[in-house]
Amino acid sequence: MTESNPPLENEGKKLRKIIAASSVGTLIEWYDFYIFGSLSVVIATKFFPADNPTAAFLSTLATFAAGFVVRPFGALFFGRLGDLIGRKYTFMVTLLIMGFSTFAIGLIPGYETIGFFAPVLVLILRLLQGLALGGEYGGAATYVAEHSEPGKRGYRTAWIQTTASLGLFISLLVILATKKSMSAEAFANFGWRIPFLISIVMVGISYFIRKNMDESPVFQKAKDEGKIVANPLKESFGKKLNFKFVLLALFGATMGQGVVWYTGQFYALSFLQKVANIEFEQSNYIIAASLAAGTGFFIFFGWLSDKVGRKVVMLTGMLLAICTYRPIYQAMYETADVSLKTEITGSKTTKTDYMMIPKSVDLKKVIKTQVAYTDGTEMTVEETGLVTLFPGKNPVKAEIKKTIHVGSGGFWYLILLVFIQVLYVTMVYGPIAAFLVEMFPTAIRYTSMSLPYHIGNGIFGGLLPAVATYLASKATAANEVAKLAGEQIPFDKPYLEGLWYPIIIGGVCFVIGLLYVNGKDKEIND
Amino acid sequence: MNAIRRVFGLVWILLGLAAGYFLVVLQSFTLFEKGGMDNVVPAIIYSFILAPLLTGGMVIFGIYALQNEYQR
Repeated sequence: MTESNPPLENEGKKLRKIIAASSVGTLIEWYDFYIFGSLSVVIATKFFPADNPTAAFLSTLATFAAGFVVRPFGALFFGRLGDLIGRKYTFMVTLLIMGFSTFAIGLIPGYETIGFFAPVLVLILRLLQGLALGGEYGGAATYVAEHSEPGKRGYRTAWIQTTASLGLFISLLVILATKKSMSAEAFANFGWRIPFLISIVMVGISYFIRKNMDESPVFQKAKDEGKIVANPLKESFGKKLNFKFVLLALFGATMGQGVVWYTGQFYALSFLQKVANIEFEQSNYIIAASLAAGTGFFIFFGWLSDKVGRKVVMLTGMLLAICTYRPIYQAMYETADVSLKTEITGSKTTKTDYMMIPKSVDLKKVIKTQVAYTDGTEMTVEETGLVTLFPGKNPVKAEIKKTIHVGSGGFWYLILLVFIQVLYVTMVYGPIAAFLVEMFPTAIRYTSMSLPYHIGNGIFGGLLPAVATYLASKATAANEVAKLAGEQIPFDKPYLEGLWYPIIIGGVCFVIGLLYVNGKDKEIND
Repeated sequence: MNAIRRVFGLVWILLGLAAGYFLVVLQSFTLFEKGGMDNVVPAIIYSFILAPLLTGGMVIFGIYALQNEYQR
């Protein structure tokens, strides 16, 4: 026979409400932050000079990086506020800043309309997004952890950890749904703004949910007892006793976690689209399906860390990731490599179209070639050139765009390969909020845990797509130079060169974590 | 185990310095010389963000490890 226990039931209900309210707000902030990254290719054409698509893409990545680089500053600014005035009010402010910035990006006229102001405004708003995110996560994680009972902190905070992947997942769904609901031309003209604009509704709802929440009991108690420090920044980073743990949190946990996270969720998408040439829609479906299948594991590994310790779960994920990245990405590349497939005889079709160019006597010529393969894969090659009356005056180089639509076997195999990477992400990321919270005392917790988290994720992780893309393109260029010179190519698989960045950073972090992190500590230390 | 933690402190100091040398001297200088947006953006990231964090942070971390700050 079971007996009902109303006070405990009420506590459980209250805790679930706290977790839900905190998680929804954080989820929306991640959504806001990621739609920019997910739409980076479209944004590049709208806000940066479109003469050179690669330069435009790099500019967007730089802006993306700017959004990440300012995150640690947001962590310092809002972390200090959170340790001085409270967790609740601070993460209310960050939510509003994020909502305003995202909505405003959706309203900015393009480069063709207002010229140089367009990219400058986008950059400013992106920086504001980064600042807000820098303050949000530490607040939400600390708030939930300080409400949680001992022995369940990993499980409870793991709900906050799901929000980053769910935010990315929802951003991809909203973008795909918006694309589906209109023509490609309409999406390129104005449709891309919709995911930014609808954010304001979500932020409004989250604001009213959070408004009615109480302050963290642990922080309130410390405040009532006069244990709040006057200068959390000085206390966190000016005293060796605390600063040594800030460094350990960064080099022994968040640095490796950041690169594993960004490899599994962002570099995978970039690799599918830019290296494997898989079409935009299909590549997004692959990532979305992998995230949907993997997100529940954040909760599982958070729960597991309560049983076996945070260290063992996180370091196992890190080790598996660094050992298997190269074979996984090689398999992803081969799945889309048409040179390994059998062409269906007679399937090749070629169509040539001529289009008028406004205010010009020239014509745009598009040669579209489609080829089908026995495994269901289809390849489309679009060669765009110019038919001009004055060929010698403005010579235009033909642009070739190759897109692959893999067959169903390849599609599911790619989902599996990305899912494995998402699984690594859940292992390293699921327990990290509890791990960081338990490392620092209440008086400086918000500040101290936010900084290593955002340096690890924002800088080491956030710069991963830019650094990895650069390393891979450098290797490809070196091969081309060698080929022209008639020498042996220096890189056998140049498309895998970008992976050295997460492998080396993750490897160093693994050794530091193994040697120095205390695997038995599962208590809040005051 | 504490002795190993301490000895590895020297490894982190050397690794931090090597990372700084690699990122600034071997990579960024060459990239700045080449010029162009494609080269300058990674050079700025290497020399003003990654290098100070890796070198400064790792050297201090290594010193703390050498001083037995992480012993248990």
